[in-house]
Amino acid sequence: MSERIDPLIPMVGVVTDIRVDTPDVKTFRVEAPEGGKVFEHIPGQCAMLSVPGVGEGMFSITSSPTQKNYMEFSIKKCGCVTSWLHSMEVGQMITIRGPYGNGFPVDTDFKGKDMVFIAGGIGLAPLHSVINYARDKRDQYGTIDVVYGSRSMDDLVDFPEIQNVWCKEEGMNVHLTIDREQEGWDGHVGFVPNYVKELGFDASKTFIICGPPIMIKFTLAGLTEMGIAKNQVYTTMELKMKCGIGKCGRCNIGDKYVCKDGPVFRCDQIDEMTNEY
Amino acid sequence: MLKVSVDKINDLFRAIAATQKLYLPVDTNAGAQYREWSEGVTMSQALNTNRSAKDFFFPQTENLAEFKMEGKKIEVKPQVNEYEDYVVFGVRACDAASFAILDRVFLSEPVDTFYAHRREHGTIITLACNRPAETCFCTTFGVDPAVPGGDVSAWQKGEELYLEAQTEKGEKLLQAVAGALSQAESEDIEPVKAAIRVMMEKLPLAKLSLKGIEDQKMLDLFYSDKWNALSESCLGCGTCTFVCPTCQCYDVRDFDTGNGIQRFRCWDSCMYSDFTKMAHGNIRNSQMERFRQRFMHKLVYFPENNEGIYSCVGCGRCLAKCPIHMNIVKVIKTMGGTENE
Repeated sequence: MSERIDPLIPMVGVVTDIRVDTPDVKTFRVEAPEGGKVFEHIPGQCAMLSVPGVGEGMFSITSSPTQKNYMEFSIKKCGCVTSWLHSMEVGQMITIRGPYGNGFPVDTDFKGKDMVFIAGGIGLAPLHSVINYARDKRDQYGTIDVVYGSRSMDDLVDFPEIQNVWCKEEGMNVHLTIDREQEGWDGHVGFVPNYVKELGFDASKTFIICGPPIMIKFTLAGLTEMGIAKNQVYTTMELKMKCGIGKCGRCNIGDKYVCKDGPVFRCDQIDEMTNEY
Repeated sequence: MLKVSVDKINDLFRAIAATQKLYLPVDTNAGAQYREWSEGVTMSQALNTNRSAKDFFFPQTENLAEFKMEGKKIEVKPQVNEYEDYVVFGVRACDAASFAILDRVFLSEPVDTFYAHRREHGTIITLACNRPAETCFCTTFGVDPAVPGGDVSAWQKGEELYLEAQTEKGEKLLQAVAGALSQAESEDIEPVKAAIRVMMEKLPLAKLSLKGIEDQKMLDLFYSDKWNALSESCLGCGTCTFVCPTCQCYDVRDFDTGNGIQRFRCWDSCMYSDFTKMAHGNIRNSQMERFRQRFMHKLVYFPENNEGIYSCVGCGRCLAKCPIHMNIVKVIKTMGGTENE
């Protein structure tokens, strides 16, 4: 008889709100059946969500831990599980387990720092949690810059919050860009890595990048050109995972498991890792 | 030290099986396999079983949970297993050493409770290797087949089987079956141990050395151009991973029973193309990358995370089973530079 509950056994969560962000991104609010959060987390950590019979997948927790009542997940529709999640209605139960991973060093390395968040597309999801965490604990951090780019205006995740809250906040600068000219868009046009170079940031700041691998690669190269040390640059990775606890054996990059040693890595650490990501 | 005459070994098996299930290697159509002992079952004389002994703790498939789905509701029913005590007889030193490696994966926090329960309920009786095979290279990984470990170690000397408890669990088992055993002296088996060690030194792989691997940096080994030639013929069949006593990668999958959803865990293999395949792509697209992952894990990544302990015990199953005769020995020899020439 087992008195211990195995870490692979999930809990149940209820989807209490669904927000349509872009044509292929929705944000799901998840609460415990009795209300409140299913578990606590730190910014940058992930959770295994599943639809029994369809599959289980690892997703960044988009909401900040300072949000006391629920967790949110911004999810792009791209495979079996995500397609099913996108077809859900409010009130649907899913299974959830976690939190997994190291998260961002918000209470250590990031403390008191000027931070520059650089995101591409759905890459905003894991950064969203840190950004709102820092906003809610404003006195503990320096300035906040957000450089966020997407294919088009319609692909910017959670555009209303960005426009109505982030853009108006003191000590916070938001720089948006889209890949190609579009009617109704009077902001910057161009790819994120080039925009970062155009903006030119002080080399003393801390940089946090997330987006498609190609964007991360070029942004990192740009930052290095700008004289920014790699130990001031953080990113968060994602690989296929089944367990979330470093046992199923598939999310390793060299000797590091993304699920437990990551998903957050400092870029000087990545240099010492194999290139399988 | 205790002993039993080999022609009376059924008395020992009977005494053990009186209170718990007893498994031992038995000859089957598919070679030697662990089977439950009952009257009339005779133990295989093969050096080792076709499949490793990891199956006892980490079965090829096992249920984790069941989900009842009704409308928008989900009910989670965790799998509840009744675990009974059992004994495995005749485990070789290499397989016994593999348990310590598996323990590092499954018993590290957060503990895999399914594995932990099976491990707690099993008592392992090992058997020293009087006749090791040409494919054996356990000594390279620090295993001494003359001191086979487990909860109880056993040695055959002539017509007698000597047994010595190695753990409290083993002590308890031997006390429970004391009626089938008689007292013996530890010195009696010293010649057996010495003979095994002499034999090990004469085996073709006795001099296989890991020094050439140890001396190299992870990234230099990873980016070596030798992986292409080594992996060229690999079929990606995954046989090596399934027979390997230390391979522990698993998949978690669901199926519809018609009465709910059953979630189960099953062995998986890094040799398969869908092992790392995600909706947006695959980080290991070629067989070379998958092949490299398997050996880098055993020889570099695992030791890096586990105080230098390799994830190989030199049992030689992959040498015997690989359809294209590729194996970890060839990898060690090729990647290890001049050390093994």
